Amino acid sequence: MRYLPLSDTDRTDMLAKIGVKHIDELFADIPADKLQHHLPQLPVHKGELEVERLLGRMAARNVPASTVPFFVGAGAYKHHVPSTVDHLIQRSEFLTSYTPYQPEIAQGTLQYLFEFQTQVAALTGMEVANASMYDGSTACGEAVLMAHRVTKRNKAILSGGLHPHYAEVVRTLSRMAGDKVETLPPDLKASENLLDKIDDTVSCVVIQTPDFFGNLRDLRAIAEKCHANGALLIAVFTEIMSLGLITPPGEMGADIVVGEGQSIGNGLIYGGPYVGLFTTKSKYIRQMPGRLCGQTVDADGNRGFVLTLSTREQHIRRDKATSNICTNSGLCTLAFTIHMSLLGQTGLKRVAEINHANAVHLADLLSGLKGISVLNDSFFNEFTVRLPGNAADTVERLAAHSVMAGVPVSRLLPGSGLDDLLIIANTEVNTDEDRAALVSGLKEIFSC
Amino acid sequence: MLNRQGRPTTPGTSDSAAPHTFTGNRALDQTEPLLFEVGRLETTGVDYEAPKKVKARLGGLARKGEIGLPGLSEPEAMRHYVRLSQKNYGIDTGLFPLGSCTMKHNPRLNERMARLPGFGDVHPLQPVSTVQGALELMHTLAHWLTELTGMDAVALSPKAGAHGELCGMMAIKAAIEAKGEAETRRIVLVPDSAHGTNPATAALLQFEVRPVPVREDGTVDPESVKALLGPDVAAIMLTNPNTCGLFEKDIVAIADAMHDAGAYFYCDGANYNAIVGKARPGDLGVDAMHINLHKTFSTPHGGGGPGSGPVVLSERLAPFAPVPFVRHTDQGFELVEDTHQAEKHGAHSFGRITAFQGQMGMFVRALSYMLSHGADGVRQASEDAVLNANYIRAGLADLMSLPFGNKPCMHEVLFDDHWLKDTGVSTLDFAKAMIDEGYHPMTVYFPLVVHGAMLIEPTESESRASLDLFIATLRDLAMAAKRGDKERFTGAPYFAPVRRLDETRAARNPVLKWMPPEPISEAAE
Repeated sequence: MRYLPLSDTDRTDMLAKIGVKHIDELFADIPADKLQHHLPQLPVHKGELEVERLLGRMAARNVPASTVPFFVGAGAYKHHVPSTVDHLIQRSEFLTSYTPYQPEIAQGTLQYLFEFQTQVAALTGMEVANASMYDGSTACGEAVLMAHRVTKRNKAILSGGLHPHYAEVVRTLSRMAGDKVETLPPDLKASENLLDKIDDTVSCVVIQTPDFFGNLRDLRAIAEKCHANGALLIAVFTEIMSLGLITPPGEMGADIVVGEGQSIGNGLIYGGPYVGLFTTKSKYIRQMPGRLCGQTVDADGNRGFVLTLSTREQHIRRDKATSNICTNSGLCTLAFTIHMSLLGQTGLKRVAEINHANAVHLADLLSGLKGISVLNDSFFNEFTVRLPGNAADTVERLAAHSVMAGVPVSRLLPGSGLDDLLIIANTEVNTDEDRAALVSGLKEIFSC
Repeated sequence: MLNRQGRPTTPGTSDSAAPHTFTGNRALDQTEPLLFEVGRLETTGVDYEAPKKVKARLGGLARKGEIGLPGLSEPEAMRHYVRLSQKNYGIDTGLFPLGSCTMKHNPRLNERMARLPGFGDVHPLQPVSTVQGALELMHTLAHWLTELTGMDAVALSPKAGAHGELCGMMAIKAAIEAKGEAETRRIVLVPDSAHGTNPATAALLQFEVRPVPVREDGTVDPESVKALLGPDVAAIMLTNPNTCGLFEKDIVAIADAMHDAGAYFYCDGANYNAIVGKARPGDLGVDAMHINLHKTFSTPHGGGGPGSGPVVLSERLAPFAPVPFVRHTDQGFELVEDTHQAEKHGAHSFGRITAFQGQMGMFVRALSYMLSHGADGVRQASEDAVLNANYIRAGLADLMSLPFGNKPCMHEVLFDDHWLKDTGVSTLDFAKAMIDEGYHPMTVYFPLVVHGAMLIEPTESESRASLDLFIATLRDLAMAAKRGDKERFTGAPYFAPVRRLDETRAARNPVLKWMPPEPISEAAE
């Protein structure tokens, strides 16, 4: 077996040195009737070539985003990631290292985490960022729990524009933790009245921008009302690239900003691993979940970095910890940081402009089709259209013709009566030919 | 000796101290500033065409002012991050005996498989008809996990070990609610030797945590569990093999006692790698157990993540599994994405714990590992991991102290600091001296139940020669400590990229991001 260096001779000699005759003497604490004497009912070992064949066959049954006109978004986005990124994150010293608990031999990891925290804080317009969470949805759940700790209240209001999976994660966590949640109905045109929901029993309002339907939200009035009532405003995003072009939530009064960082540096990978971003104001850092990297000096007075404020964390505080989380998205944060370093603010602004311009262009093309309307007044790279028919069926039919048209709202909000709505994302990867294929596909289906 | 060009080919005798270099660099060890100190605001390392000219539809919310993030050209970025990587220690660098963390070899075949466009470049919400191979992979992985563990079902979506714990305990809470016992069963038993995530998870779900003492042999006594049992107990969270590196020999009696009391048995599967193919948690009475794919099944640790923590469930808990899950029907593979849809299949899912389907990239790597090893290989890996740990125990038992006696351990061996008494050397000092010898230290000060713990897990990936050198090095260090060579330890590390770091200072005055230096005012010049 190519991954196991010991030979049978080694094993025999080592058992002798340990002073036992048979390997099972080392497993003597397993109750005798529970020790497995037969191999599991599974295939035996395989060479690389056979494994490649087997998995290659499975992979070939999927349609990769790069091979078709691709407009699927709604929380994960197809972007171009520079080749440098994947090369660098596969360097052994990054790939095969552990959480930097021995900082003297993990300065590589710690320094990029410090760079990552700096980048995320600047993008969101916030004072501090942690070293990342599992993904955007779990970061959102943790943000609500943190708001409860800060306000000592336990009621969250969820906007109807929040990604339905994120809302479900918050609801599951809250139900299990005995907290209250009120979710507003799906808000197609950013017209919900959140202000009337805010009073002095509310811990936090959770609002997404760009929202699930693609609308951009001005958070200032809501932030003001939250603060007047002692509540926190949690702003959420699923498309970090939007912050290259739109006013960051931190400049609109948000207290906690969380979201998904996949778009920068990370591929689609059928949903994970991604990278959850978590930021807040300095005054709340001791209530923040997750790892933090901080700057310090070594015994010679030289700059170095360590994990810090770990007295918040489970390995020290156990049942009094701010969160049960004991990991971050290490390698995904590295991918984010490298891609973001290559972009710089100049490149980020440019690629964000391309996303927006491509989306505006497509929205205009679709608005020209009879019976199809774009619902959004404002958007970044994603918007919602109303079709003259069922959106899920339309997506299936177009997929059969190798066009991935978008995400039917009914897939994430089943039973909501929104069966004719389709969410369409358009990024820098989409060409004029892609857009033409989508337009002609819709024309053919609806004879418009 | 001089060569023919007159260049000396042997180093001079080094009675002179090494000079300070002008750059601060030391040959391959380069000092590297932060990217913000080398980058420029106008620089970018990507080239894009100009955007189409359109009328913006940003609703008056266009970003004003600079973001303040500099960029790097591609060669600068390459050098910056390569230099940073060289300040890290990884499994590929050397022996990484971090107990409880399982730093085994990460096969590169797994990396190649995860990057196949059919896995790496598919969207979680594209039509199910276009991702049948992805669902097949998840279904196959689930089959391997349930077959190996002897459990009924598996929830794949948890994103890491602690997330798996949360998922498993949520399933237990849902089952208790379904029986109408939510108000009464409010206590979760957690042994003192448990990972911190166990009590943190239980507390998050509003359970009251009650500690279970660990007896003198390092395991849990079923009698002390029974003494705490009653109609108010929901579950026990027990790690097996435990964090002292020992198999809980009375695990069946503990499981029976829990079940007799109407409670559940959550097993922390962090150390499952010791018993794969040797014992099945399902046979031991486990109701839920998370499996760290990044430990047992070799997906890379990546400097602290991403992980993946699928949870296997017993028949009693399977109906409460979270959405989404995969079903295999005559028409192909189906993805059940919401609780109403789950009801139709007779499930009472407790809900969703993450967006989308889980850590697909890790599923591919883990299955690639399993297919490579096969039924015979995974079992051999467990045996070799246990053999290697015991070989280290045998090699060091006469010099270092074993808190529970010199008896067989599982995949990791636990020492305490009794043997360092009166040397002036602490466990931390000893660990830092190992860095200078080219090793990553073992896990230190965990588990909390022994003083100055040193938990060594070599894994099955080490050759005998590698173990022999490691044992010899630790023996040299141990004898140095005992003969009073204190500075070797208290000043260590001497040869790492940085010397020992001041963690107190970092926590007292947190600097959590880079700030531009204050501009020097002209008046001051």
